[in-house]
Amino acid sequence: MFDSLIDLLPEFWKAAFETLYIVGLTLFFGGLGGLIVGLGLYLTRAGSILANRGVFGVLNVLVNTIRPIPFIIFLAAVQPLTRAVVGTGIGNNAMIFTIALAAMFAMARIVEQNLLTVTPGVIEAARSVGAGPVRIIFTVLLPEALGPLILGFTFIFVALVDMSAVAGYVGGGGLGAFALLYGWRQFDPVVTWAAVLLIIVFVQLVQFLGNWLARKALRR
Amino acid sequence: MSAPTPLVELRNVSKVYPATVKGAPDVTAIDDVSLTIDAGDVYGIIGYSGAGKSTLVRLVNVLERSTAGEIFIDGRDVARLPERELRPVRLGIGMIFQQFNLLNSRTVARNVAYPLEVAGRDKPGRATRVAEMLDFVGLADKAGAYPDQLSGGQKQRVGIARALATSPAILLADEATSALDPETTHEVLDLLGRVNKEFGVTIIVITHEMDVIQTLATKVAVMDQGRVIERGDVFDVFSNPQQAASAKFVSTVVKGVPSAPELAVLRARHRGRIVTLGFRDDSVDQSQVFGDLSRDGVAFQVVYGGINEIQGRPFGHLTLALTGEDATIDAALDRVRAFTTVTEVR
Repeated sequence: MFDSLIDLLPEFWKAAFETLYIVGLTLFFGGLGGLIVGLGLYLTRAGSILANRGVFGVLNVLVNTIRPIPFIIFLAAVQPLTRAVVGTGIGNNAMIFTIALAAMFAMARIVEQNLLTVTPGVIEAARSVGAGPVRIIFTVLLPEALGPLILGFTFIFVALVDMSAVAGYVGGGGLGAFALLYGWRQFDPVVTWAAVLLIIVFVQLVQFLGNWLARKALRR
Repeated sequence: MSAPTPLVELRNVSKVYPATVKGAPDVTAIDDVSLTIDAGDVYGIIGYSGAGKSTLVRLVNVLERSTAGEIFIDGRDVARLPERELRPVRLGIGMIFQQFNLLNSRTVARNVAYPLEVAGRDKPGRATRVAEMLDFVGLADKAGAYPDQLSGGQKQRVGIARALATSPAILLADEATSALDPETTHEVLDLLGRVNKEFGVTIIVITHEMDVIQTLATKVAVMDQGRVIERGDVFDVFSNPQQAASAKFVSTVVKGVPSAPELAVLRARHRGRIVTLGFRDDSVDQSQVFGDLSRDGVAFQVVYGGINEIQGRPFGHLTLALTGEDATIDAALDRVRAFTTVTEVR
């Protein structure tokens, strides 16, 4: 019963690599974008150090609009934008752009919430010694919220693996496409389960790493 | 010699927060406050929560913007300075907080180094100064510890070391001991006293605890509903408060004149006439007062009150129950009136 899986091993490892490639790049770009938008939300909210009702309002509505759209619909809806930016609406790179975009807005909310755990008094203390906004971001906000931020990125990693599995629908690769193509369509549950198992291993490893890093950051 | 420029001067300062709900009235947190603080003062600002003291102290380093008035720091009006120009001003004004507000992601040493980084000091310069400051607050052995490994008193000492790292002329203490137990409070107050005496740092102390004022301050302003209702030397305000709110604060640490219900209890328990004598400064010789009373055969008992000392000057009230013939008592009281204020409570 493992014959077909053994025959498919080269494709299996290729798909595994593609998943890591897609997830890795989307985590980087989506994470970075999420950090920036999340910081924007945090800094411009009322009472914060760069309070600006207009900017906050725009960011807030944008995040609230994009976040609830189911990913498979989002994928189709932003395809014109994807084509304009990446040059094509299908394949791994188009997929990376779309996932990073969706992840950015999801991550923005997580970043904002994590930054809100930083005691306002600590920021006030930094202001009282003459620190400006940029210095406060890099020496107070991000270091003080590092532990929760790491856990937030770990959380979003799982969501990225989930989103990347849909890549098969738009001609992308990865374990999701592999499971659909060789498992589901060939009525071969062993192949499907092999893909599922590897995804579980990935997620477990990353969650473990994230917990460990967060613990180090929080010194607990 | 002309009068020295005050180090901190507030002239007709107000802070009004616009209403958060449409149609609601604006909130006046600070209402036309003028205050002069000279170099070397330990200036206490006391009031109940909501009186505006925390807002007032934040106007001094412009963490909050006043909506009217002028705020002079060393002769320069800082109230309308743009944020960027305020940063060097703030390096000259240290601040410590009720909740300490240390950076948990940094060690004790790196917390103390923080304002030095902002000031642009080089690394060796920072290390020397951090060592000096930790030595001063007695935490040299905790340089590598993180704030969550310290007790409350130790955290506040780190806060003090951090606030003074850039050698500011002014230290703002916002309820700096309110989160500490009484013993630790006195350790921290002692340390602040040394900061004032050894470094000549002018300290503005915000508190709702009168004993903080009693231990540390030389001058005091009493705040109520955004206004300064009374101010002066701590001794004067303590020994002779003019406003009801001030008297209430003084009564939390000084047992003075018995209140009406307390008096009723005293009257039920003691025979004779009840008289309160006021003592203030060394002009009152207690032994003479008591000598005069007993010489005429008036028997007395101290039933209420106490004598306190602020900056080496004694003051207080003693309530006595006097027994004897009325005429003798009157004569005796007349004689002691020369040294002390006598209030007979009937």
